[in-house]
Amino acid sequence: MAQKKEGKILGMERETFRQFMGKYGVSVVMVVMIIAIAVYNPRFISGANLVNVITQISINGMLAFGMCLCITIGGIDLTVGAQLALVGVIMGQTITNAGMPIVVGILIGVGVATLFGFINGFFIAKFNMFPFVVTLSMQLVIRGAAQVISGGKAITFGQAVKNMYYGKFLGIPYPVLVLLVVFVLMYIMFHWTKLGRYILAVGGNANAAVASGVSEFKIRVICHTLSGFLAGIGAVIMAAKTGSGQSNLGVGYETDAVAASVIGGTSFAGGIATMPGVLIGIFIVGFIYNGINMIGIDANWQSIIRGLVIIGTVMLDMAINGKSRK
Amino acid sequence: MRNKDEYIFECEGIYKAFGGTQALADVQLHVKKGEVIALLGENGAGKSTLMKAVIGLHQPDAGTMTFEGKPYSAKGPVDAMKAGISMIHQELNPEPYLTIAESIFLNREDVHGGIFLDKKKQNQRAQEILDQFGFGYPATTVMGKLSLAQMQMVEIIKAVSCDARMIIMDEPTSSLDSEETEHLFATIRDLKSKGVAIIYISHRMDEIFEICDSVAVFRDGTYVGARSMEGVTRDELISMMVGRQVKNVFPKTDCEIGDVVFKVEGLTGKGFEDISFEVRAGEILGLTGLVGSGRSETMRAIFGLDPLEKGKMWLNGEEITIKNPRDAIKKGVCMVNEDRKNYGLCLFRSIRENISLPNLPAKQPGLLLNQSREKKECAEYAKLLTVKAGSIEHNAFSLSGGNQQKVVIAKWIMAGPKVLILDEPTRGVDVGAKSEIHTLMCQFAAKGMAVIMISSELPEVMGMSDRILVYHEGKLNGEVSREEVLSGAATQEVILAKEFGGK
Repeated sequence: MAQKKEGKILGMERETFRQFMGKYGVSVVMVVMIIAIAVYNPRFISGANLVNVITQISINGMLAFGMCLCITIGGIDLTVGAQLALVGVIMGQTITNAGMPIVVGILIGVGVATLFGFINGFFIAKFNMFPFVVTLSMQLVIRGAAQVISGGKAITFGQAVKNMYYGKFLGIPYPVLVLLVVFVLMYIMFHWTKLGRYILAVGGNANAAVASGVSEFKIRVICHTLSGFLAGIGAVIMAAKTGSGQSNLGVGYETDAVAASVIGGTSFAGGIATMPGVLIGIFIVGFIYNGINMIGIDANWQSIIRGLVIIGTVMLDMAINGKSRK
Repeated sequence: MRNKDEYIFECEGIYKAFGGTQALADVQLHVKKGEVIALLGENGAGKSTLMKAVIGLHQPDAGTMTFEGKPYSAKGPVDAMKAGISMIHQELNPEPYLTIAESIFLNREDVHGGIFLDKKKQNQRAQEILDQFGFGYPATTVMGKLSLAQMQMVEIIKAVSCDARMIIMDEPTSSLDSEETEHLFATIRDLKSKGVAIIYISHRMDEIFEICDSVAVFRDGTYVGARSMEGVTRDELISMMVGRQVKNVFPKTDCEIGDVVFKVEGLTGKGFEDISFEVRAGEILGLTGLVGSGRSETMRAIFGLDPLEKGKMWLNGEEITIKNPRDAIKKGVCMVNEDRKNYGLCLFRSIRENISLPNLPAKQPGLLLNQSREKKECAEYAKLLTVKAGSIEHNAFSLSGGNQQKVVIAKWIMAGPKVLILDEPTRGVDVGAKSEIHTLMCQFAAKGMAVIMISSELPEVMGMSDRILVYHEGKLNGEVSREEVLSGAATQEVILAKEFGGK
């Protein structure tokens, strides 16, 4: 392999520049997007609207952080949408129907989601099955379980549960706080601990990671378990937001989670990801939804625009970063 | 004057370079009609590269080829097959769900009216050909049910059915037992009598003597010469293959050799059998043998990458078991893998992350990583190994082969190994970095490490090792000391003869 060509860009060495853009390139996209939408409708950058957007993206935020881990190790987690439904109906059965304390209902719901995450990871790591196939099938099982548990009926929640979405602490909505806390914890785990290093190593080159003493099995199971746990947290926010548990909630949510991860620089080839990148990806996906309303585009066009913006962002990022991303 | 018509295939002045390495330089080959010609040479002598150039898997940089008197060139195996040249690869990749008939007629199926497959006619035709060869299976059997020898036979039958006038066989007997080999030889003799020329690549001298009419010898990507097998001896062939002078270009320093650090007894696993040796502090133990002779396989099993069936290991006199690389690293046994891209590095991660990966448990006991200490330590080891990079934050991908290798070695030196295994440490590394790696190896040995080095390059093994163990077909076949090398008692010929199974 030949040494990269010498030369400087903006006073930085080429390789340093490439890594700088790899880290921060996507934030340029976000800033351009904010300016563009704000030019159309200045109300977009009002404090009230931004808080509103961030509250809304907190659900996808939980899913995307988990998804990012699974994509980083070279896999995917397609169960997250179904997890939203399952945890919701479990909370409905325990809190509304059985009259259990809210905390107990949440613990059971999140616990079950975590368990399903573990099962995904176990199948993938133990039997060397394709993550796509395992999570595609498990997604059916999980949504089916939600149907069985709810009997196909929506279970409504009382005000106490809804307050978890609309309530505020020091003027900040609870979901925003949850997003912030989860982001900080994920950042620390991913960038400051051995576990984060091992996840990146297994994703980058599983053979080399094993030959360096990393347990591939453990890392894969941990990533999917965490994804399940985070989907559980997202489901609690979802339950509070919608005020009901239904087995048909959360359909297609995995798409936005994958989009946020990928826009945020997570490579499908594995081994490349950053948590700030994913956070920005989560914001960009949220801005697309909100921006379409702000600009006043017919809602029927939403899906097409979302798809095109995702492809455009990733292509732009690739152009900036050169071939570093596959 | 040579009679031109005698030759079915000729090539001359073939050159081929990959990056900076000249794989073939001014190579020639002349194959007569209906002869079996052996290609002989050490690992990396250029035999396979030349054959891949013939069937169009590589495009030569220069040179001419003629086949049946006409200028010949191939863009790929299909092209070559159309011209009448087929190659039976060492690693067969059959489609397990295709039937024998489908396999034979792949890409040239019988069709009705240009669209629909005529399976019946195809099966009939295939059966006829199979019967000619006395192949005992119906043409509708799926490939997955056949043994390796049978799949190989199907490949040969396919080649013949495509009207191949020249068939290249790359190590065809490497996975056959003696009965299957006999059957293959009978087929080869039969083909020969039909006027098909066979190019036979093999490391097994006995086979070459048994089946081949002539031999062409290669060395370091050049053509040494060809001769008839009649009257030639094993020693003559080996001296043709060697010829290289061991110049004293190796920075080997003699250091004090201490106690036995690592000892193994009766190691058996996939590809090796009953391996016993010991290595002492300060010693560089060289392992050599042909590719596939079990050297790397043994080391991978010791390091815990592959399972060990039988055998015992001792480290500093204490018996140890190693289940996985993590165990090995913890105990102080580290291995630089020959496959740098697959087992050495995470190419898209930084040099720092690569160096610290196996060392995190030992060097970073806290919950959070101490990144400033990590940076300092990794920079130290990168400097010790003279890794040339703008910054240790750069991706491993951006480095040259030599510097990548130094990063791999740096991560294992940081682990402070008692036993350091280096599998082909200088493969794909430029001359300058090669010499630096050799110097470093001597420094590690001087610090009391026990170093085990695998190399296919005889001069490297002879120039760097205190002791050399030679592998032949999964077993140890002799030992050579540094004194014997220095005194000239153990020449390249002697070692190569051992690699080929001689005493």
